[in-house]
Amino acid sequence: MTPHPAPEAGPFLGKLSLDALPLHEPILVVTFAIVVIGGLGVLAAITKYRLWGWLWRDWFTTVDHKRIGIMYMILGLIMFLRGFADAIMMRLQQVWAFNGSEGYLNAHHYDQVFTAHGVIMIFFVAMPFITGLMNYMVPLQIGARDVSFPFLNNFSFWMTTAGAVLCMISLFIGEFAQTGWLAYPPLSGIAYSPNVGVDYYIWSLQIAGVGTTLSGINLIVTILKLRAPGMGLMKMPVFTWTSLCSNILIVASFPILTATLVLLSLDRYIGTNFFTNDLGGSPMMYVNLIWIWGHPEVYILILPLFGVFSEVTSTFSGKKLFGYTSMVYATVVITILSYIVWLHHFFTMGSGASVNSFFGITTMVISIPTGAKLFNWLFTMYRGRIRFELPMMWTIAFMLTFVVGGMTGVLLAVPPADFVLHNSLFLIAHFHNVIIGGVLFGLFAAINYWWPKAFGFKLDVFWGKISFWCWVVGFWLAFMPLYILGLMGVTRRMRVFDDPSLQIWFAIAAFGALVIAAGIGAMLVQFAVSIWKRKELVDESGDPWNGRTLEWATSSPPPDYNFAFTPVIHDLDAWYDMKKRGHQRPVGGFRDIHMPSNTGAGIILAGFSLVMGFALVWHIWWLAAVSFAATVFGAIYQTFNYKRDFHIPAATVVEVEDARTRQLAAGA
Amino acid sequence: MSADPHHHAADGHHEIEMPHASMRDYVIGFVLSVILTAIPFWLVMERPFSNGATAAIIMIFAAVQIVVHMVFFLHMTPKAEDGWSLTSLVFTVIVVVIMLAGSLWVMHHLNTNMMPQVHDTSQLP
Repeated sequence: MTPHPAPEAGPFLGKLSLDALPLHEPILVVTFAIVVIGGLGVLAAITKYRLWGWLWRDWFTTVDHKRIGIMYMILGLIMFLRGFADAIMMRLQQVWAFNGSEGYLNAHHYDQVFTAHGVIMIFFVAMPFITGLMNYMVPLQIGARDVSFPFLNNFSFWMTTAGAVLCMISLFIGEFAQTGWLAYPPLSGIAYSPNVGVDYYIWSLQIAGVGTTLSGINLIVTILKLRAPGMGLMKMPVFTWTSLCSNILIVASFPILTATLVLLSLDRYIGTNFFTNDLGGSPMMYVNLIWIWGHPEVYILILPLFGVFSEVTSTFSGKKLFGYTSMVYATVVITILSYIVWLHHFFTMGSGASVNSFFGITTMVISIPTGAKLFNWLFTMYRGRIRFELPMMWTIAFMLTFVVGGMTGVLLAVPPADFVLHNSLFLIAHFHNVIIGGVLFGLFAAINYWWPKAFGFKLDVFWGKISFWCWVVGFWLAFMPLYILGLMGVTRRMRVFDDPSLQIWFAIAAFGALVIAAGIGAMLVQFAVSIWKRKELVDESGDPWNGRTLEWATSSPPPDYNFAFTPVIHDLDAWYDMKKRGHQRPVGGFRDIHMPSNTGAGIILAGFSLVMGFALVWHIWWLAAVSFAATVFGAIYQTFNYKRDFHIPAATVVEVEDARTRQLAAGA
Repeated sequence: MSADPHHHAADGHHEIEMPHASMRDYVIGFVLSVILTAIPFWLVMERPFSNGATAAIIMIFAAVQIVVHMVFFLHMTPKAEDGWSLTSLVFTVIVVVIMLAGSLWVMHHLNTNMMPQVHDTSQLP
């Protein structure tokens, strides 16, 4: 089905009309029906059990970094299911469309599916997941009561969510971009993408980008300013270090994405020619700019997980991390180097031998600090008393998988090899190998590791192991065929194939995707079973893994104020040091604790931004102006809100801490 | 563990280490800014030098202007915020230089190699 020509914009609804509803796509109609029925069911259940007040007071308006962290994780999980549905659709289409068959997706739909898959997995799955982890853990690891700017944290979350919602709206109203996840012009320019797909892409990323940048600033300030006394930079837990570097990358690189997308929107909305083919524009400049953001972005994603692997390896080997200092320096070196490799994403665009050699060599150099990290983990395990709990299993799966992905990355870093392999399924296999094997496996390690901290009970091991094996086996089945296909010259984003000998590899890959689907299913079952059996899996101690860092010093889940007294740090691995020295938990002398107040301003402002994004997508100018004004004045109004804080009275603190004392005594 | 309620901002006792900005600093900054703006204006209006030299001088004044703003208005001294202001400035400068220099280098090559050049057709064989 070819897209409709762009309709004339009306004054009241802009380009929006009934034609925008994709009634001609049966897949979308059925999905829409299921979403509506499911959504109504959820809303009805919330109403029936009278949960609206609870949701609003305790979750939507919360400024508690722990609750916001959990909400980020839920957002990531929901969007992950959407992104994975796209992946399954692609696998199915590619195994189907052989021997003259067109498959079941038309080109217009298929192109949206692969674009949405990339955009969602990076921006609305991986980013919320890592932000959620950092949000929850960083303040606990440094002995702080919250992040530096609690309201900003809530606002950042809702802006990210608003971006995700706008992206999801495109599924049912209008269309999404058909350009690939980075929307290269001239294809994404108004001449070749006259409809609203690219506009949905632009505005959902711009709105979510505000949230990402602000949360980056927030976490940097938190780490630099709110560390417990005694915790010098070289006594920070490795996860906090990698989070710091990741957030520095966010703050330094997301503005480039924002600026690049602004230029693209100017091209599309008011007819400038930054990236057009003619009138002095250069699409190559867009590719250059977007990768100056894009390469740091992949390190934004992986660095916090490197921190997770360090914490997990050290905890489950029962040893101090090997080479802490080299780990920190490796992280910092990666942070800097990630800015001088971006051209390896477009070796073939024609910049010539000298430029390509420079960026090829810098790319190979970046594997050195990464390799140093791997050896550090291995040496941490060496002669350790390793406990093969779920987080450790994920970590070992990561090491085995990620090394292969890293090596194919070094292959691609050789410019002559890249000329053969670029844009092929070999590249696709490479980056899924590092992103699934690194980022996702790291997230699963982190979820299994920190779940008891967040909820007070461990995750079920049986279903966790089923999920683990399905994921690992499924990953290898799904992506090794893509390496082989890539070496045979199959390019990415193909919808139909002529050569029937390729089909078997796509069949194996599709089977692998189904095994991964089983892994995801098992993980959801794992969550459900664990919640069901939470009494059996309960952890009273707050320190179920014999942990080493400060988050394990608190109860599980930690009280609203995290620490009744700010701990004083004497050593790296602060909690291990405290346990070794026979630290006694303070049981008296509590005082009032000053806390930030909840506020609905974040969700309201993000709601205005969402309306503005929708209005801009559809050229509904009056609504865009109104919602923009509402956002600005709402933000100004919020600055006059002086009800920002309250005190938890000492009596309440005593109650909470006494309950904790009894809990510990009962468990001992 | 010690009770140290003064440590956290969340404890309500803000120990904000504001740089001690005085009226004098702002006046000096303002006067310098005016001078650094007026001279380039004058250079453009009166054209005492060649175009290239004028442009170069204006760029230099702009750079000095940036430093003046940072020192007198933003109070970014090496000691501000325990040196973090300076550190972040250095990092930002490094990243911006990498981006600008790298982009110029890359785009120059791309432009030379890939863009259709306006050739003098009489020179073609």
